[in-house]
Amino acid sequence: MEYTAEGRRQSFRLSMLIYDTRYRSLTIQIAALVGLLLVIGWLVSNTAQNLSALGKPVNFGFLNQPASYDINQSFIEYSSRSSHLRASAIGLMNTLLVAVLGCALATVIGLVFGVLRLSKNWVIARLMTVYIEVFRNVPVLLWIVFYMAIIIEVLPAPRDFRGESPGSSMIFWDSVAITNRGVYVPEPLFSNGLGDISIFGLFAISLDLLALIFVLAIGIFAAGRVAQRANKTQEETGVRPSTWHYRTALIVLPSVTLLLALGFHLGLPELKGFNFSGGINMRNSLIALWLALACYTGAFIAEIVRAGILSVSKGQSEAAFALGLRPTQSMRLVILPQALRVIIPPLISQYLNLTKNSSLAIAIGYMDVTGTLGGITLNQTGRELECILLLIICFLCISLTVSAVLNWYNNLVKLKER
Amino acid sequence: MKQRILLGTVAALTMSAGTVLAGTLDDVMAKGHLQCGTNTGLVGFAAPDENGVWEGFDVAYCRALAAAIFGDPMAVKFTPLTGKTRFTALASGEIDVLSRNTTWTFSRDVDLKQTFVGINYYDGQGFMAKKSLGVSSAHELGGASVCIQTGTTTELNLADFFRSNGMEYDPIPIETNAEAREQFFADACDVYTTDRSGLAATRASHEDPDSLVVLPEIVSKEPLGPLVRHGDDQWADIARWVLNALVSAEELGITAANAMEMAEGTNNPEINRLLGSEGNFGEMIGLPGDWAVHAIMARGNYEEIFEAYIGVNTPIGLVRGVNALWTDGGLIYSPPFR
Repeated sequence: MEYTAEGRRQSFRLSMLIYDTRYRSLTIQIAALVGLLLVIGWLVSNTAQNLSALGKPVNFGFLNQPASYDINQSFIEYSSRSSHLRASAIGLMNTLLVAVLGCALATVIGLVFGVLRLSKNWVIARLMTVYIEVFRNVPVLLWIVFYMAIIIEVLPAPRDFRGESPGSSMIFWDSVAITNRGVYVPEPLFSNGLGDISIFGLFAISLDLLALIFVLAIGIFAAGRVAQRANKTQEETGVRPSTWHYRTALIVLPSVTLLLALGFHLGLPELKGFNFSGGINMRNSLIALWLALACYTGAFIAEIVRAGILSVSKGQSEAAFALGLRPTQSMRLVILPQALRVIIPPLISQYLNLTKNSSLAIAIGYMDVTGTLGGITLNQTGRELECILLLIICFLCISLTVSAVLNWYNNLVKLKER
Repeated sequence: MKQRILLGTVAALTMSAGTVLAGTLDDVMAKGHLQCGTNTGLVGFAAPDENGVWEGFDVAYCRALAAAIFGDPMAVKFTPLTGKTRFTALASGEIDVLSRNTTWTFSRDVDLKQTFVGINYYDGQGFMAKKSLGVSSAHELGGASVCIQTGTTTELNLADFFRSNGMEYDPIPIETNAEAREQFFADACDVYTTDRSGLAATRASHEDPDSLVVLPEIVSKEPLGPLVRHGDDQWADIARWVLNALVSAEELGITAANAMEMAEGTNNPEINRLLGSEGNFGEMIGLPGDWAVHAIMARGNYEEIFEAYIGVNTPIGLVRGVNALWTDGGLIYSPPFR
């Protein structure tokens, strides 16, 4: 006993850092951290040194220089005199556009096809299997190029719409033109619009759009209140008052009134000179990229959906049938809500994959952020390190945001353990 | 994750930056071959022939350079590069010399840290359209869809041309000449713009060249030439004087056929200095004494190369024009071998 008492009083010795299990793991971790920091420091300083030896020190000043090139799809004002920073921002918006469109369509495709693959109808189930296996087993780059080639080679050129007996004509009462350069659809115009407001002088937002969103939001909120009241009445009396016409009117009437007041009309695309003008041009590159990404990712999502549905025990659907729910109802109200808990986490990675795969846009000349910042800007300024770093930051921010939003949603639907 | 990506990038750049500082000639000698960056495929300038051997106007320069160093025009490997990847490939040391119809500009020379060693073709940007489009001038192109290779000076010239003429246009960026052809021939764009030599090559490779018209306007100056990295003057000298040797050979009447014979000595001291029978130019530049003989014998002198790959008797059908020797009223001119 005396011996151990003495041992406890023993003062701290340096060798204890290694031989004493109380300190050992801490010692190793600190040593590893110091080593890692040294390696990072060496890499950074070596890069900086080598770049300055090359005469190219790290410098982000080029972002304020005029970009000098044109971009064919931009949501905010842009000309070749705008800065590289603005060109990058436009590329980023184009990336976001195709990512949002792609995720939305991929979800629809995945949900429908995933459910259909479990169909009892042999033909439909097999067809879905073929679709899924074909799309997810071919690299997405090939799909993108393939869709683009089909659009370019198969669809008519704008000049085919010209002349006395044109080879092609517009569809839907001369309002939509499908060409190999893109699809031209009517655009909403306002003859007595409210104009635009400029945000910090950086870009302009249409006040008409803001007003419309505001009125719609109020309508939807009011309709929600009506539905709540109906729920309350139902709980109290057991009779649900019929409110759908109030709710529809609350949403539709104010919006229609506003549209009429603003002088809403459609601007139709029209063949002028080499191209159609007027209307909204959905470029061939956007369509090809969008469809390819959505079909490819949709195949993966379909499998995730199928796995999610299969994970719900058979007793659940049997119970739903026993309650008298129809197959579609039991799928919508019983199976899918439970399957979502399994579906959401892998779905997040599919959304992230789609967003990152959108950087393949450069293969078909869609001007996303890899096309502007990581492509032309990088090439014309020769600032490889700076541009790639900015690109990494851009994609990291997008991915982390997508991930954060979906994780939040996942927390809403996941099994609440009490 | 972020740090890991960052580290990877930094590491990749560090390694690439490290190789830049060594002597390029020593590296090339150690490798046993020259690594030359060329076009991904532009008939007449750089394209593999039916045996898979790279041939063309730009390729011939690399063959001459390889012959000057190794005495063997085949001691060269080619890296096909797009307009976008070429400078990074050169800066990172992946290639030793870039001979890919590249325009000599201030910012590329000064800011991108490249050294242009000369001009082997004086070009200008033009437009090509289908005859059926009925366009006779570039000033009628307002509103047109224009196919353009990204990462090139043509991209910037195009923006300037349409802006200064107050015309709208729809730029369709593409990566390679092959993609441009696909889009252009399928009418996905109305006109294709690039250097006029490139247009001539694209037109020549079409099954019906007469259905295509190159518009008369030349909207820019495009002096094309080979280039090397900044910072290795000896290597730049070798690259520069091999090009000059080919031009001087035309001026002095030295051809692939008679170079060996002339190397034994002539009455013209400049020929003797060039071919190494007099003086020690080879030693000065760090190459064997008969470097110029091998360079000229690789694919001939400037005229022979021009006529063999892009001249009037080829499908490309380019006339010498401003690319004639200065003695014939052109701009091709070599400093003296003295």
